[in-house]
Amino acid sequence: MSVRQSLLATATALTVAIATLPASAQTLRYANQGDLKSLDPYTLKETTTIAHHAHVYEGLVTRDKDLKIVPALAESWEILKPTQWRFHLRKGVKFHNGDPFTAEDVIFSADRVRATGSNFLTNVATDAKFVKVDDYTVDVMLDSPNPILVSQWDGWFIMDKKWCQENNSVAPTPASATTPSYASLHENGTGPFYIESHQPGVKTVFKANPNWWGKPEHNLKEIDFTPIASAATRVAALLSGEVDVIEPVPIQDIERVNASGIAKVLTGPELRTIFLGMDQTRDELLYSNVKGKNPFKDIRVREAFYKAVDVDLIQKRVMRGLSTPSALMVAPPLYALSREFTRPKFDPDGAKKLLTEAGYPTGFEVTMDCPNDRYVNDSAICQAVVGMLARIGVKVDLLAQPKQQYFAKVLKPGGFKTSFYMLGWTPASSDSHNVLHDIMGCRDDEKDPNRGEANLGGYCNRELDVLTDKILVETDAAKRDQLIKQAFEIGNKDYSYVPLHQQALAWGVSNKVKLTQRADNEVLLYWATKQQ
Amino acid sequence: MLAFTLRRAIQAMGVMIAVGIIAFSMFRFAGDPVNQMVAIDTSAAERAAIRQSLGLNDPVPVQFVHYFANAAQFKFGVSYQFRQPVADLLKERMPATLELAICATIFAMVFGILMGVYSALRRDTLLAKIFQAVSLIGISLPTFLIGILLIYLFAVTLGWLPSFGRGEVVRLGWWTTGLLTVSGLKALIMPSITLGLFQMTLIMRLVRAEMLEVLRTDYIRFARARGLTTRAIHFGHALKNTLVPVITVAGLQFGSVIAFAIITETVFQWPGMGLLFVQAVQNVDIPIMAAYLLMVSLIFVTINLVVDILYTVVDPRLRSTISRPG
Amino acid sequence: MSDAVVPHQAEPSAPRGRAGRGWLRRALESDVFYSFRRSRLTMVAAAITILFFLLAIFASVLAVQNPFDPAQLQLMNSRIAPLWTADGQSPFLLGTDEQGRDVLSAILYGLRISLVVGVLGVLFSGALGIMLGLIAGYVGGAVDGLIMRIADVQLTFPAILIALLVNGVVKSVFGNRLDAMNMLAVLVVAIGLSFWVQYARTVRGSVLVEKSKDYVAAAQLIGLPAPVIMLRHVLPNTMGPILVIATINLALAIITEATLSFLGSGMPDTMPSLGTLIGIGNNYLFSGEWWIVAFPGMALAALILSINLLGDWLRDALNPKLR
Repeated sequence: MSVRQSLLATATALTVAIATLPASAQTLRYANQGDLKSLDPYTLKETTTIAHHAHVYEGLVTRDKDLKIVPALAESWEILKPTQWRFHLRKGVKFHNGDPFTAEDVIFSADRVRATGSNFLTNVATDAKFVKVDDYTVDVMLDSPNPILVSQWDGWFIMDKKWCQENNSVAPTPASATTPSYASLHENGTGPFYIESHQPGVKTVFKANPNWWGKPEHNLKEIDFTPIASAATRVAALLSGEVDVIEPVPIQDIERVNASGIAKVLTGPELRTIFLGMDQTRDELLYSNVKGKNPFKDIRVREAFYKAVDVDLIQKRVMRGLSTPSALMVAPPLYALSREFTRPKFDPDGAKKLLTEAGYPTGFEVTMDCPNDRYVNDSAICQAVVGMLARIGVKVDLLAQPKQQYFAKVLKPGGFKTSFYMLGWTPASSDSHNVLHDIMGCRDDEKDPNRGEANLGGYCNRELDVLTDKILVETDAAKRDQLIKQAFEIGNKDYSYVPLHQQALAWGVSNKVKLTQRADNEVLLYWATKQQ
Repeated sequence: MLAFTLRRAIQAMGVMIAVGIIAFSMFRFAGDPVNQMVAIDTSAAERAAIRQSLGLNDPVPVQFVHYFANAAQFKFGVSYQFRQPVADLLKERMPATLELAICATIFAMVFGILMGVYSALRRDTLLAKIFQAVSLIGISLPTFLIGILLIYLFAVTLGWLPSFGRGEVVRLGWWTTGLLTVSGLKALIMPSITLGLFQMTLIMRLVRAEMLEVLRTDYIRFARARGLTTRAIHFGHALKNTLVPVITVAGLQFGSVIAFAIITETVFQWPGMGLLFVQAVQNVDIPIMAAYLLMVSLIFVTINLVVDILYTVVDPRLRSTISRPG
Repeated sequence: MSDAVVPHQAEPSAPRGRAGRGWLRRALESDVFYSFRRSRLTMVAAAITILFFLLAIFASVLAVQNPFDPAQLQLMNSRIAPLWTADGQSPFLLGTDEQGRDVLSAILYGLRISLVVGVLGVLFSGALGIMLGLIAGYVGGAVDGLIMRIADVQLTFPAILIALLVNGVVKSVFGNRLDAMNMLAVLVVAIGLSFWVQYARTVRGSVLVEKSKDYVAAAQLIGLPAPVIMLRHVLPNTMGPILVIATINLALAIITEATLSFLGSGMPDTMPSLGTLIGIGNNYLFSGEWWIVAFPGMALAALILSINLLGDWLRDALNPKLR
């Protein structure tokens, strides 16, 4: 019986006694609209899921409250030469089951995160070779320099080699898998919390890890996480004091929460960009009445779609002012020169003309894929887009689904099965390169399988790719910004995507709780304190 | 008597096998178990291997026997969405549903009988008419609408009761209960009323009709002639006679209370089996759907069987007169 | 209410030529019609039901917009309060929802879906039930046993569960990709499959009575297809109970459709039925936009209540014992 198991056994035995006591001040109850479906940290690269995992798993590096990269399991690192980085690992760290953390685990995790089925392939570059120097030193050898190596690692968590091997979980659990791997049901991280019980869809209980290596900034002994899909119910739960933190607060309820005197809504601009994408690669769309050709291959059709969507109206009506219309696929705080870009004007008549020129005077039909429990007012935005496109004659059949099915269908493991979709993206490295590489890079499974991983529509312009590669290795900030500018200009000129807006963060927080809201919308409760 | 019991038992097994066939067909044909399990880029050879390992190449009857044998041991396969054994998920959720269903039934019995007796004895009073109107509404309004209405009144406007969830629960072994905490009890009120209203209406109508019927019978007249007090007649004789069918109906209805909990649980985000089932339908999680079907059928069939047998023990005459509600 | 005690109408069962019309005339002259005219509540219910049907039929004329046509929805007009409130705006009498959908228009079109699904569902389940009942009663033996066993099993399950299962299976087979019209068909089938049992039982009972009658044997002797003849006799005899079942089931079918849509397994947001509207509006319950949920809710409640009142009355009127 491992340490953790015995710990669990004691914990279970104690639960009966503890549960009968009134809720202690140090138990924080948190509700999110989405559920935590898999505990395997390599299954789904999605903000909410990563944030949950970040309580129990840790990477070599992490981000602080201002999103700056800071040491975590790696105590420090040095760049020996541009293609060789040396990492000094933190000593005395133990996984929750008591296994010691060593270089072996880092090398194992680097392999596992890049194995088939992982959703984090782009977080660790394929050319990076991990070499053990000693138990607490790892060298990373690169083919070409990569100044943002550690920024890319955010979200890549270190797993226990021995534990994975013992529990038949060496391979990552793919998002489309339905056989439960041990690692998708259990966790064994090094983080400040461990998961005491996990009932999918009902409740997940995190307990503070007394053996954590760091100094806790929270005063919690327990976090109870409940998924509450219904927006109204979530708000009601916050206002009645049944939960302490909710995310997101539906926009329509923000005023009410602030007026309640019980809780407040923390708002702020989010780094996530919401955008529309189109399948530009298939010769015939999967879901359309246009046969034998793909209308989205015609730039005029893409431009027409762009100009038919009135983002200001969406901002005003659907988002109730809580969004920032965007001209770029990256949020302004992440790119210094973003103010130099402006959106082409909303122009339905021009759009109609463009469609006519492209040979669709009466428009055409296409199916739109949309999540309905992922982003703020996601399905309402999609419906609004459907209405706007209807006015230029395009009949859009909306398929709004829960995120689980939506992602399984449209993402890479599902075969990019979509013709027209809405997606949101926060660059994991907090850098434009990630957007240019993952979203706007050409898909090429043969030569460069990781590029364009989340480029669901398969937009491709080799010139942009060349710039992207230059951006990766450019170390001069000003030059780099110029290169990024050129790349985004190409993307915009091609009408590669229709960026909509950056949504606002809206966390409902009880007045008893103090926490830090990070702009990437990760709800990290290890910085939360709760009063009696 | 024994022959009857045996026949009913065999019939019940037949029903379970029929439901088993449906569940198996869903499991086997509605969703391709392999496709749901592997990534899109899995090779044909790997798929074939998985097919083999799952026994999908066996003759279909063999597969069915296998599925049924597994189901009999509560092995229902693995949920597509949660990647957990379905049996575990159901086990976690069952206490919530059963507690809700029991509370709803108790509510329905207590108020149904009280209102039924009153409206039978004081047929023409205003209150009796109000009860009749309430019963019509209870039978007419969709459950979800009643739930929303209650939430609007007691949670949004008055703020007296929680609008969702079970409140604080206490864990007793694998069972969780909300009956031991104040917040748990408060959380039970609205869902129980919502779920029990239909049954309450039914019981009220039944009690009223039975009471009127019994009061007309000879032996009540005889009792009256003997000079017994009205009170003794009403409650000692008439009501007592009414209770047998009422308890039977309530028992038989318990199965449909559990099934109707689907709606109530969704409205109140009650973490029971019904909510799990609705989510499964939305996410096309066939193993959960099939397992839920089997579980609910088992509950149904068991209750029916028990009631049938008890009935013949208690009062063989009554067997044929009660039409079974659905 | 599937437990409704359906009386078997005592009627002469001698062969008649124009059975259908004869039944209708008798019905109008009967005390059934008399009792209808005597009950004011029933008359009000009937009037409301007819009104709802008319509203649904003429929805496209009455509505200020077609709420199913995204091109007609103006986002600018979203979340406008009802006309009589301070923030009301013409022509949106009952206000608009988050997409700028006129609530009144949406109710009218939603009524149409409710009634179409309800009526088609009842017709489908009726046809299925009558056919199976006829077969069970006429063929008898193992076939009868099988059909009636299935009926027994099914009767123990609430319709909503069956409808949800059918829905889930269809979704699984067609990969969750159903447009609104197909969804409508799925709902009709799901509801049809949930409600056939009572018809089958009623018809079967009647067939069993008729089967032993001499005229059936006679017809068989002269080579007439007996089922056809029986159909012509059985149907008129069972018309009363079937009508009662159909009326009550219409209300049930409408409830089932609304519930499925509310649960998110029915009509999509882009082509909302009353249930979908209530589901959407439920999200605005706390934020003060009560009209999005309140009016569709009232419309649905009024519709079901009046149909149920009609059904109640019809059952009592056709059941001499209760009179």
